[in-house]
Amino acid sequence: MKTIKHIFPILCLVLTLASCSTEDDDLFEENPVADLLLVKSMTANDHTIEIYSADNQFTIGYNELAVRIKDNTTDTYFDNPTIDWTPVMHMTSMMHSCPKSTITNSEFPNVAKGFIIFQMPGNDTEYWDLKFNYEINGVSYEAMDIIDVLPPADGMKRVSSFMATDGSRYVLAMVSPSNPDVMVNDFTAALYKMENMMTFTPVENYTITVDPRMPGMGNHSSPNNEDLTYNSATQMYDGKLSLTMTGYWKVNLMLYNESGDVLKGETVTDTNPESSLYFDFEF
Amino acid sequence: MIPIKDLKGFLCPFLRVSFQQKLYLTLFFSALYLSSYGQEKKPNICAASCAMKCVEVCMDSTKIQRLSEVIVVAPKKKLTYQRQSKPLSSVDEYLEKAQQITMIKRGAYAWEPNVNNMATERLSVTIDGMRIFAACTDKMDPITSYVDVSNLSKVTVSSGQEGSEQGNCVGGAIDLELDKTGFKEDYLRVSIEDGFESNNEQKIVGADINFSDEKFYVDADIIYRDAENYSAGGGEEVLYSQFTKYNLSFNGGLLLNENSKLSATFIFDEARDVGYPALPMDVSLARGIIGSVAYEQVSLGPLTNWATKLYANSITHIMDDSQRPDVPIRMDMPGWSDTYGFYSQASLKKEKHQFLFKADGFYNRSLAEMTMYPNDPSQSPMFMLTWPDVRTLNTGIYVEDNIAFGKAKLKLATRLSYQNNFVADDFGLNSLQIFYPEMEASQNRFLSSVSLLYSKKVKSFDVSVGASYATRAPSVSEGFGFYLFNSSDNHDYIGNPELNNEQAIEFNGAVSYKSKKLKIGVSGNVFRMPNYIIGEVEQGLSTMTIGADGVKIYRNLNDATISNLYLNTEYKINKHLKWNGGISYHRGIDSDDRNLPFISPVAYGGALSYHKSTFTAGLEMQGATKQVNFNPIFGENQTDAYTVFGISMGKTFLISKNTFYVKAGVQNIFDTFYSTYADWNNIPRIGRNIHFTLSYKIG
Repeated sequence: MKTIKHIFPILCLVLTLASCSTEDDDLFEENPVADLLLVKSMTANDHTIEIYSADNQFTIGYNELAVRIKDNTTDTYFDNPTIDWTPVMHMTSMMHSCPKSTITNSEFPNVAKGFIIFQMPGNDTEYWDLKFNYEINGVSYEAMDIIDVLPPADGMKRVSSFMATDGSRYVLAMVSPSNPDVMVNDFTAALYKMENMMTFTPVENYTITVDPRMPGMGNHSSPNNEDLTYNSATQMYDGKLSLTMTGYWKVNLMLYNESGDVLKGETVTDTNPESSLYFDFEF
Repeated sequence: MIPIKDLKGFLCPFLRVSFQQKLYLTLFFSALYLSSYGQEKKPNICAASCAMKCVEVCMDSTKIQRLSEVIVVAPKKKLTYQRQSKPLSSVDEYLEKAQQITMIKRGAYAWEPNVNNMATERLSVTIDGMRIFAACTDKMDPITSYVDVSNLSKVTVSSGQEGSEQGNCVGGAIDLELDKTGFKEDYLRVSIEDGFESNNEQKIVGADINFSDEKFYVDADIIYRDAENYSAGGGEEVLYSQFTKYNLSFNGGLLLNENSKLSATFIFDEARDVGYPALPMDVSLARGIIGSVAYEQVSLGPLTNWATKLYANSITHIMDDSQRPDVPIRMDMPGWSDTYGFYSQASLKKEKHQFLFKADGFYNRSLAEMTMYPNDPSQSPMFMLTWPDVRTLNTGIYVEDNIAFGKAKLKLATRLSYQNNFVADDFGLNSLQIFYPEMEASQNRFLSSVSLLYSKKVKSFDVSVGASYATRAPSVSEGFGFYLFNSSDNHDYIGNPELNNEQAIEFNGAVSYKSKKLKIGVSGNVFRMPNYIIGEVEQGLSTMTIGADGVKIYRNLNDATISNLYLNTEYKINKHLKWNGGISYHRGIDSDDRNLPFISPVAYGGALSYHKSTFTAGLEMQGATKQVNFNPIFGENQTDAYTVFGISMGKTFLISKNTFYVKAGVQNIFDTFYSTYADWNNIPRIGRNIHFTLSYKIG
């Protein structure tokens, strides 16, 4: 009896450790999207295309997405497929696309990553669909399905689609911080110019000034923000965003072109509490 | 460099000892101890007591010599009770009587003492040698507010480096000494005190009990004060000037053998519903729990008077604005300050030398928060750390040598300290890094001071000259404060972790003459302060507080100069009648000849006191000239001259073996409307106030 008493907990421990370790390995190898949520799966060509996001929905604004394609016959994921994607908004009178990145393979061979910036949500009569053209082992396939693009749950604005004073239409989206904190946050935004209904190109070498304000507390600002400037490596705009306390912040922005002309936005003053170009959030 | 983790571990021995002491003391005071202390998690120490007794400010002869001014609060002497016009006045009112002290007032309660026109961050303020740090970011709870006259026997005010025995300071030191009965044969005394003040309907009730025998003593006392709003001269009510407070204290000692004794003290002080008419916020709770245990031994080898003390204290301060009907935004600002410390000291006499050696240290944790509630209820509260959990570890040694040369004496003293500040909260560190991207969580400083003082007796004259050099580290607010609003200059203040230590080079001198009837003394000092720390406007920063004029960041000035000159007289007109009077001049400027804030104009005061048998009477006068040197940059405007008068009378009755004291008086007899340079935002001082004190002592 005495020995059993000792053996039993040891056995338990060994079993637990053993089960843990195998699970970990499996997770590591088989689930590179463990931290992400499945927001859409499309079935076509005997394949299932799975789309993952950190969010539980397609949200207007910047969406970082992971895609993998499953062979439904073998229940395995294809390695290194070549993928192209096209989101399209079907409005009552016209169709248009939105800014997007190419979709490229990640550190995991069976997962491809990219982003899409939806500038508007779908509704009862207007909807987004997402088309994939992909190639596996030299064979081309196509898949398409309707997706639900929703406003953010907190109702805050992280993307702006606007007509600038130069007569062009631009889309500006906040990329990070996704979880702002009381600190100097790394601030990244993506700026695209709408060339035509279906083509959006990253804009280079513009400047976006940054002026965060707290409308609930006398519209005060914060020190040591850095304007958003173009980073050619990421094709995005990087700056710094200082947040001195928690709460509701409105980040007022002004867009300048290469020659220093204001394309959109106004300076915040005592009489003008906000710019027409802004992001906002609450934490 | 010592790793932070090790420094924290350094505290553990304290905690263990304090726990044992707690057990020991629980035997004596378990019921009261637990009821008053049950909600607090932190181990604290001990208990002790004090007597309520009589109270008075006595123009001690040392005052003439100016170097350390002693205010007697609760002397054993029966008669001294009768000399203080208002025996149950607050500690603040006692302190204000000292010539070197001025009190900055933000309301009727918790005034901030200044010595040589320098405030808390330039002073060392201690209770029985214990370091305690206020928990309020807006200086609404100077530590002098956590004791009461019932606890104290005397207050020692030291000028300049005479104060460095208790800790690092540049301007001076205030040590509040707790009253202890000591070892007496079969001694039991109970006394009850009662006071009333007409102006703010302040009711004061107190009781104390002292018991001792040759090997053991225990004192316990309680005092309760409750005041409504006061009225200024002319009858205008000063809104939000009410307060309620009570203070309990215990004190005990055990004679272990002829050579050694063990003693312990415990104070619980709580103020509630304290209004601050000069500020935009009030205080719903200010609580101090202060304890210590001490071991003293008459001799240790060649050393004498070896005394060692371990102490701990915990301050909780809750600011709120819920009583104010009209604020731009609602906010809560709680703060906490916990300190653990020790000191050990001993004397050594060798020929002409009298040495004092002291080693001491403390560890303080200061944390304060600010939560603002937007008027739009759908928005989340806005939260920030105004003191980012700053841990201060300070350890040092102090050595003093008094060398006697016949009628002359030379005193040499030095203090060397190491201080580490560590910002323990990442949220707070990230906040400060918005302003100081390179800032590290931990910083070390070395602080030093040296002083020499030569004094000589020449016939009826005492002459002394002294010089000193000292450094101090920035305070928590100066180094690490985050958007602290100063309602006097209407600016938000940001701390600066990159500040240099402030230095002070001081020269002082004094001459006093003493005859049978007349005492007269002149003394003065000059502080030249390189790297003087003060908030300077930083252009381009957005104010956080709604309605503020700008943001200031603490900076080191090139230097600043503060000088003080005092004249004191005492004249015995006859056996029963005595005159005391004094006048002082003060000046403070920086290297650009700008006036420094909160520097007193010429101030004067005088008192005629009459004493015959059991009857006493006094006539007091106090005033200041029109303020000439003021500075609007620091929120100051010109303060008018004023003179106010007070009168008091007292009588002692003996009822069988018991003593019954009655005292009554009038403050501000002519109901003058006035405020002084030290009244925050010019709040007027109390108008005519009739006060009564009754005291009954058994035994």
